Amino acid sequence: MEGAFILEKLILVVIIFTISLVIAMYSTLAERKIAGFMQDRYGPDRAGLFGLLQPLCDGGKFFFKEEIIPAGAHKPLFIIGPTLAIITACISSAVIPWGQNLTIGDRVVTLQVADINVGVLYIFGVIALGVYGVMIGGWASNNKFSLMGAIRAASQSISYEIGMGLSLIALLMVTGSLSIGDIVSQQSGFVNWNIWVQPLGFLIFMTCAFAECNRVPFDLPECETELIGGYHTEYSSMKLGLYMFSEYINMFVSSALMAALYFGGYNFPFMYDLGLSENWITIIGVLVFFAKIFAFIFFFMWIRWTLPRFRYDQLMKLGWKMLIPLAIANIVLTGIITIVKDTYFN
Amino acid sequence: MQSLSNRKKVLEQKPMNFWERIYLPAIAKGLSITLKHFFKKIPTIKYPEQIRPYSKNFRGQHSLKRDEEGRERCTACGLCALSCPAEAITMTAAERQKGEEDLYREEKYASVYEINMLRCIFCGLCEEACPKEAIYLDGPHVTADYLRKDFIYGKDKLVEPKIDLVQLTQQKSL
Repeated sequence: MEGAFILEKLILVVIIFTISLVIAMYSTLAERKIAGFMQDRYGPDRAGLFGLLQPLCDGGKFFFKEEIIPAGAHKPLFIIGPTLAIITACISSAVIPWGQNLTIGDRVVTLQVADINVGVLYIFGVIALGVYGVMIGGWASNNKFSLMGAIRAASQSISYEIGMGLSLIALLMVTGSLSIGDIVSQQSGFVNWNIWVQPLGFLIFMTCAFAECNRVPFDLPECETELIGGYHTEYSSMKLGLYMFSEYINMFVSSALMAALYFGGYNFPFMYDLGLSENWITIIGVLVFFAKIFAFIFFFMWIRWTLPRFRYDQLMKLGWKMLIPLAIANIVLTGIITIVKDTYFN
Repeated sequence: MQSLSNRKKVLEQKPMNFWERIYLPAIAKGLSITLKHFFKKIPTIKYPEQIRPYSKNFRGQHSLKRDEEGRERCTACGLCALSCPAEAITMTAAERQKGEEDLYREEKYASVYEINMLRCIFCGLCEEACPKEAIYLDGPHVTADYLRKDFIYGKDKLVEPKIDLVQLTQQKSL
């Protein structure tokens, strides 16, 4: 490993880290704005132009709030909880390909931190770790509502990880690769996007992604109306802020994942027919990728202000009795179609 | 049994059909409704910048009027206090002394005139009772305060400020 390579990756890591934090920050504003518009009101518009300084005010407020650690709480675990949540949220963006190669001088820079050949598995591992932050935080609070939220989070994310994994298996059967970089580069243009071959798989994946991010209609771990604040009832100050942040970063990462796996990532229609140079295609590709991500984030929020929350038994029923059988059927169907195509149409 | 009103409706709960059970059409419908609201005109009035016009007969804080020479019109007859259903008005009458003719219009005037704004119901009966056209509820909203005693408005708050008519006409002619 040469120094320049490490430096290049380091810069990329810092940029991606900053971008995901800024997007998480402004997601809070976007959420409130979208909530406002969908309920025929303005949302926050007092801090700065269109309320653009609102996230900064909220962040500042979080830092200056009194930090309370309950007397009955397990102090080390109470601190580890939000730390783990934010760390796992941040590291999952490492394998996402943000764009193609950028040629600077005679160096070719890949806009992906690590193109590991088991990228999909890595994502799954990190997502599975993510629930530990919630579980540990909820348990360490020594509060029955927190514990209830934590238990819900644990069983919910275990249930929906199965459906998510099964829906991805069908995708992997089509792409034949576990590396997210490969999966995205296969989908060049518009007709090669995986959504056209895996619409059902995408639907299942998206539903499970909603559940994994603890978003409405699957926000039972938080569930203000019945569990006060769910797993973060006892949290205050920036620890609460970190939990909120990790939720929004998770949303950003899963939007990026959905855009990359099913909607062609940085690929856009007619990308090679416009006669642009490599670097320009890469730059436009990155912008297109972010546009797709923002569209998905908007969709997340749009769903949030439309659907009511599931009841817990309904959630479990949807996960185990509908999504998992559907995902298995999708695998079988994909297999049959692949074989039929290979034997009769080749 | 036959219902008495003949308006009884028996609701039938049908089992959901396939499209209803997969929820997706219903979700799409809900999403289209919220999206419609997303582009709707927002009826909010941004208050401090934008003030909704008051009604013409809005009744706000009382003001004790002066006549065209700047003299207080009130003669402390007590009809307003008598007409007040909330008993919010009290006053003390005094006799006009020599040399005060430019201050008070009548020979008797109110040396103390107090309205308890916590009692007042802004009904406007004092306006109607006044024979001298001395009191009108044409002021702004009565604002909030911290102490009960601060809601008892005296003459310092009620009597309208003196306008120098001579100066005003001069300014207008300029």
